[in-house]
Amino acid sequence: MEYFDTLIVILQSTVRVSVPLILAALAGLYSERSGIFDIGLEGKMLAAAFAGGAAASVTGSAFIGLCAAIFVSVCLALVHGFASITQRGNQIVSGVAINFIALGATVILGQAWFRQGGRTPQLSGDARFTTVELPFAAELADIPVLGSIYSNLLSGHFLLTYLAFALIPFTWWVLYRTRFGLRLRAVGENPGAVDTAGISVTWLRYSGVICCGILCGIAGAYLSMAMTAGFVKGMTAGKGFIALAALIFAKWKPVNVMFACLLFGFLDAMSIRMQGNPLPFIGVVPVQFMQALPYILTVVLLAGFIGKAVPPKAGGVPYVKER
Amino acid sequence: MSTPYAKLPAWVDYGLIPLINLAVAFLVAGLVVLAVGESPLRAAALLIEGAFGYGEGIGFTLYYATNFIFTGLAVAVAFHCGLFNIGGEGQAYVAGLGVALPCLWLDQFAPWYVIFPVAILGSAAVGAFWAMIPGWLQAKRGSHVVITTIMFNFIASSLMVYMLVDVLKPAGSMAPQTRTFAESGQLPRLDWLLASFGLDIGGAPFNLSFLLALVAAFVVWIVIWRTKLGYEIRTMGHSPTAASYAGIPQSRIIIITMMMSGALAGMMALNPIMGDQHRMQLDFVGGAGFVGIAVALMGRSHPVGIVPAAILFGMLYQGGAEISFEMPQISRDMITIIQGLVILFAGALENMFRPAITTFFATLSGGSGPAKPVPAAE
Amino acid sequence: MSDIAIELKGIDKKFGLVHANKNINLSVRKGTIHGIIGENGAGKSTLMSILYGFYQADNGDIFVDDRKTVIRDPNAAIAAGIGMVHQHFMLVENFTVLENIMLGAEESQVLNKGITRAREELRRLEDEYELEVDPDAIIEELPVGLQQRVEILKALYRGAEILILDEPTGVLTPAEADHLFRILEQLKAQGKTILLITHKLREIMAVTDEVSVMRRGEMVATRTTAQTSVEELAELMVGRRVLLQVDKGPASPGEVLLSVENLTVRDGRGVDMVKDVSFSVRAGEIVGIAGVAGNGQSELLQAVSGIRRAVKGKVLLQGEPIHVTGKVDAAELRHRGLAHVPEDRQHMGLVLKFDESENSILGYHDDPKYLSGMFLNIDAIRKDAAAKIEKYDIRPPNPRLKTANFSGGNQQKIVLAREMERDPAVLVIGQPTRGVDVGAIEFIHKRIIEMRDAGKAVLLVSVELDEIRSLADRVLVMFDGRIVGERSPDTGEGELGLLMAGVEDAKEAAE
Repeated sequence: MEYFDTLIVILQSTVRVSVPLILAALAGLYSERSGIFDIGLEGKMLAAAFAGGAAASVTGSAFIGLCAAIFVSVCLALVHGFASITQRGNQIVSGVAINFIALGATVILGQAWFRQGGRTPQLSGDARFTTVELPFAAELADIPVLGSIYSNLLSGHFLLTYLAFALIPFTWWVLYRTRFGLRLRAVGENPGAVDTAGISVTWLRYSGVICCGILCGIAGAYLSMAMTAGFVKGMTAGKGFIALAALIFAKWKPVNVMFACLLFGFLDAMSIRMQGNPLPFIGVVPVQFMQALPYILTVVLLAGFIGKAVPPKAGGVPYVKER
Repeated sequence: MSTPYAKLPAWVDYGLIPLINLAVAFLVAGLVVLAVGESPLRAAALLIEGAFGYGEGIGFTLYYATNFIFTGLAVAVAFHCGLFNIGGEGQAYVAGLGVALPCLWLDQFAPWYVIFPVAILGSAAVGAFWAMIPGWLQAKRGSHVVITTIMFNFIASSLMVYMLVDVLKPAGSMAPQTRTFAESGQLPRLDWLLASFGLDIGGAPFNLSFLLALVAAFVVWIVIWRTKLGYEIRTMGHSPTAASYAGIPQSRIIIITMMMSGALAGMMALNPIMGDQHRMQLDFVGGAGFVGIAVALMGRSHPVGIVPAAILFGMLYQGGAEISFEMPQISRDMITIIQGLVILFAGALENMFRPAITTFFATLSGGSGPAKPVPAAE
Repeated sequence: MSDIAIELKGIDKKFGLVHANKNINLSVRKGTIHGIIGENGAGKSTLMSILYGFYQADNGDIFVDDRKTVIRDPNAAIAAGIGMVHQHFMLVENFTVLENIMLGAEESQVLNKGITRAREELRRLEDEYELEVDPDAIIEELPVGLQQRVEILKALYRGAEILILDEPTGVLTPAEADHLFRILEQLKAQGKTILLITHKLREIMAVTDEVSVMRRGEMVATRTTAQTSVEELAELMVGRRVLLQVDKGPASPGEVLLSVENLTVRDGRGVDMVKDVSFSVRAGEIVGIAGVAGNGQSELLQAVSGIRRAVKGKVLLQGEPIHVTGKVDAAELRHRGLAHVPEDRQHMGLVLKFDESENSILGYHDDPKYLSGMFLNIDAIRKDAAAKIEKYDIRPPNPRLKTANFSGGNQQKIVLAREMERDPAVLVIGQPTRGVDVGAIEFIHKRIIEMRDAGKAVLLVSVELDEIRSLADRVLVMFDGRIVGERSPDTGEGELGLLMAGVEDAKEAAE
């Protein structure tokens, strides 16, 4: 049973770590499907985490923190949208800029307002999100295998976690079963087709960008108000880029995104778990290799060695009525 | 056809507009300073004083600038081919091996002027290698060089942590760094250079690699604008259609350009490792690869613009340290914000003020607009 | 209720210096198929774009059903019952047919309801107009002819009463084109009004009730199709211009320097743009290829000059084969004596951001006389450029000036000087005087004749029929990817115009 318990622990950790990845990757999905490349997921998440941590600590309410996180992230998303859509600027450059602005501003403002070396105060009570136990979790815990899965793996997560996983099928439904999703996908493949059908390309792309902002906001809020109890300088630690890698690895499809994020989260959990312990046949795998694995896998995919990753055709190209 | 930008005089295009973009970036930064309750003007004064007010300050400013000249040149060279090399950070980091290993192997028996050239070659070669893979992937497999270089930054980070913690760390030591180099693994400082201007360098690690950076800037200028290779690179960057018309081998040029870019980024490693810390430490690059993006954008990808832009950022780094003494609210992270704002306004939003300026000049020259427009071809 | 579906009054549109539409008046009767014919650059596309709301006219009014209608965007056009089938399809390639048709008219936020209705409506349209297509097929897997059907269905689905078709048969086989015409007749029978934009006379005669001719931005004439003839239309379309007389002695052609055999070139959409073309060019002669733009001339030029790969065929340069179906290498062709003045001088023939001297070596920058080792010999380059500037009277005579600052005519001279001064064996030229002022035109024509008199083989492609007739020693007419006829340059304009517009045997057309 020991292996099983270990597995459960690893899976728990996987779920915990994948949540911000899923949210950020979905955020990127909305933006990039509409044709706007976004490598600023990291910056938006970081700024949102700060805003959430700050607002929650000041008001004592996690909900207000969440709203603040979303608000700030959407603002940054609109800056990116303005530069990319209205000004038709270079989308990569804009994303890089936002990452830096967020990185610096969160520390400066954090230090100025809270004087704790760039972090926000520890959150407690209502200011923090708490875990949720599914009904009968305690009673069912003793049932072999299934009980453990129910009470340890499925139950006991934050509300935001359940939300993140629920957003996967929701995003799938939006993308493939609603008018908005149809138009969003269309504008990322052929904005001319959308324009000639009488739909505003600009409006659609801004919508995609705003959706991205909202989801990055939730991701940030999860980091500073659920996973940990407060904002810490640089707490995203590259998660925004792993999410981007996961998005590409998932070939911009919602269900794949979930699997890719779980995979990368699993690798992360395994790397901590395995630290120093030898694997059968392979020996000791350096923890850094496990950390690099998501990125290596993405490069292999991009090189076309495991299938092709075809981005939205009109991605990264500003729309100009060409005649 | 979308309205072509009317032609503005060159000095406006290359002088005024970049200056305005820069000014706006600083203005917004000033707002952030205000938001934390400090005076932007006083901050600016402290900045300039800290950077240029005394010998040691100037020394530090130029020391930082050295890093940024290399990484700025790296980004610029790639830009000329139409490629965005965000991987300078990773390329410089890995290139540290090309510097540290020669030092560790040779510092017992060879003098610095033997080790230095070997280290130059080593850092350039390793940096070039690290950039070559994304370059090859772009040229031959069509993988977007921006994404691959971002991924390689992270792979580099993991790799170097492993190297420093598991391979290069001396036995029995806790700190993830190599042993300190003997004296021949240390670059001589340029204290005599500043002394000739009557300045005392103090403790600043302003060293020989600065001169190497200037040489590199000169070589980049020569290669890009005065060689056949540079001609082909520029043609590709301006117009892949014209490049294919001219029979330029596009794959080969992409790969060569990325290698050159990586080599320049790699040489940055010489400055902190041999010139300051005299060992290789974790994250010695410290973000310089990304500052290089801002420097290249500000300097319009030309060495003549990059060197001053690099000095400007050096000034920000050094002056920023000064500010953080006097104004504890404004730490070094302020520089990151400014960096981001410069990238935003000199990069993504670079044409934001162009319509207003064009109208301004049009009204100045009596309404008929500047320079005769070329009739739109059919 | 009048019977005028669309009326355009005084439509005027300028793009910078280009006057695309000059005070156009047009009246289209309901329930007719109205053709609009003209060469490329005549202004047809611009006019239709205004009608569909892509552009706004600078002046003039649009009346739909006698009501003045402001068409600010495609939405307004669709609301007014105007639908457009674009020349380059506006379809999302990886969507299904159904998804493409529904785009913009989905009915509700949740697609399911809309889908059922769409399928029903689609079936009804398919039955009514013979427009069968599998609603669940993915666009990029459909042949081009079927893709076009989807474009038409899209417009009908949105309730178009007036359908604009922009050069619809460019990508169709003759059988598919006939099928399209049957569909158009059906639509007409149902009371729809159709605007058919084309440069192909055969289509006009076969299917339209009335035809309007545009030339150089103006509406030149409107005729009832039954009461006009191909000759009249061809003449109106091509126009009568003062022939620029060029002093030209007779040609004395030598050996074959360029030989093209069974060349087939395919474009990115899988459509064969050049279909089994064969011809040869001798030393000391100018072979002119006449034709309306878009009939494969560009692809032909690109294949011959090493920029684009061909699917089939052989090309021999001075007797030696070019790897025309293999790896293309424009540099190698240059070394073997081929020079190329491309059609697109601004994006292909020049790098506008370079200065004049840098452009004067584009493509020849590996010539040792411009280099010292691996360095550019700036001195030699500038001297060379200065010599060319003088010989070709390029103004302003400043090799250090950025090329974007030169006028169109001078830019073209830069390209010509570069290519001609290489003393090539074969010179391939596309659209040499497009966008060039009259004074430069004469100069350029003289130079081309000089090349021929010096024993070069010159292949000249131009959409300006006058240019071809005044320069060429032999005229080949290209239509729909094929050489449809060879004539001498003093053949009548009308006959050439007919060939250019696809009337196969020009002499038989007058029946």
